[in-house]
Amino acid sequence: MKEHNDYIKDIAEIRLMMERSSKFLSLSGWAGILAGIYALSGAWFAYSVLEFHPDTFLYTHSNSGSVALVASVVLILALISAFIDSRIKAKKRNEKVWNITSKRMLASMALPLVTGGLLILILSTFNMLGLVSPLMLIFYGLALYNAGFYTIPEVRAMGFIQIVLGLLNAFFISNGLLFWAIGFGIVHIVYGIYMHFSQER
Amino acid sequence: MNLSFDDLHKAFESRVRLGIMSALAVNDSLDFTSLKEFLDVTDGNLATHIKKLEGEGFVESKKSFIDNKPNTRYSMTTMGKKAFNEHLAVLEQIIKSQKKE
Repeated sequence: MKEHNDYIKDIAEIRLMMERSSKFLSLSGWAGILAGIYALSGAWFAYSVLEFHPDTFLYTHSNSGSVALVASVVLILALISAFIDSRIKAKKRNEKVWNITSKRMLASMALPLVTGGLLILILSTFNMLGLVSPLMLIFYGLALYNAGFYTIPEVRAMGFIQIVLGLLNAFFISNGLLFWAIGFGIVHIVYGIYMHFSQER
Repeated sequence: MNLSFDDLHKAFESRVRLGIMSALAVNDSLDFTSLKEFLDVTDGNLATHIKKLEGEGFVESKKSFIDNKPNTRYSMTTMGKKAFNEHLAVLEQIIKSQKKE
């Protein structure tokens, strides 16, 4: 007959397996911190060097191509960091980074991100650059909120915060990139530090 | 409800089978490779345990082809769900009663 401890181990195994097979848990805190740093650097560069100050709905900028390039570099660096850090963490946890849970999480993010991205592109062609930052925050927030169902629930909270920041940003357009820097910069960094200390130690 | 050790289903004695049932309890269906990764077991080992669970009528499989490669998806039957939930209830009961002693 099994011992008492064996039953506790059975329960632990059941819980572990349910979590492991339904949630992607190899998200790394470092990825968040790095993404935040890239975003802050990008926002600073666009604001100070390229003098991109989108403080009205309709806004034109002589060098919007460079701004788009900076934004793309920030995005690509953040994605690469997230992928590498997740891979390292997954290896430690003896999991594969590309498994059914990470696929589900990414699929849940795809629709809001693609929809938001296309909408932003369309509005940009009408010079509505003031809306780019709030819409990026809102659609990214929606994507994170969805993703939170397939990973740690804190991601859902972060999504909610991004949505609120996006709405505030739409209301206070004159503040330009400030909300964008808070959402993509500060929030990511705070989340990353929290993740790092609460889960990775 | 009076539960005892005898109510623990023999099929769930193995931790691999318990793991398969746990993963299928929270997923509509899973393919062989995903199950193998989650449980960290060999092909042969997993196949044996799945066969046993299929024999009990707790797990069913659906074969299909994806890009001309055979793909088998496993899911829990209603009977399997019932048995698994009962097993969980018994486990809980045992742990509770042993804590009191």
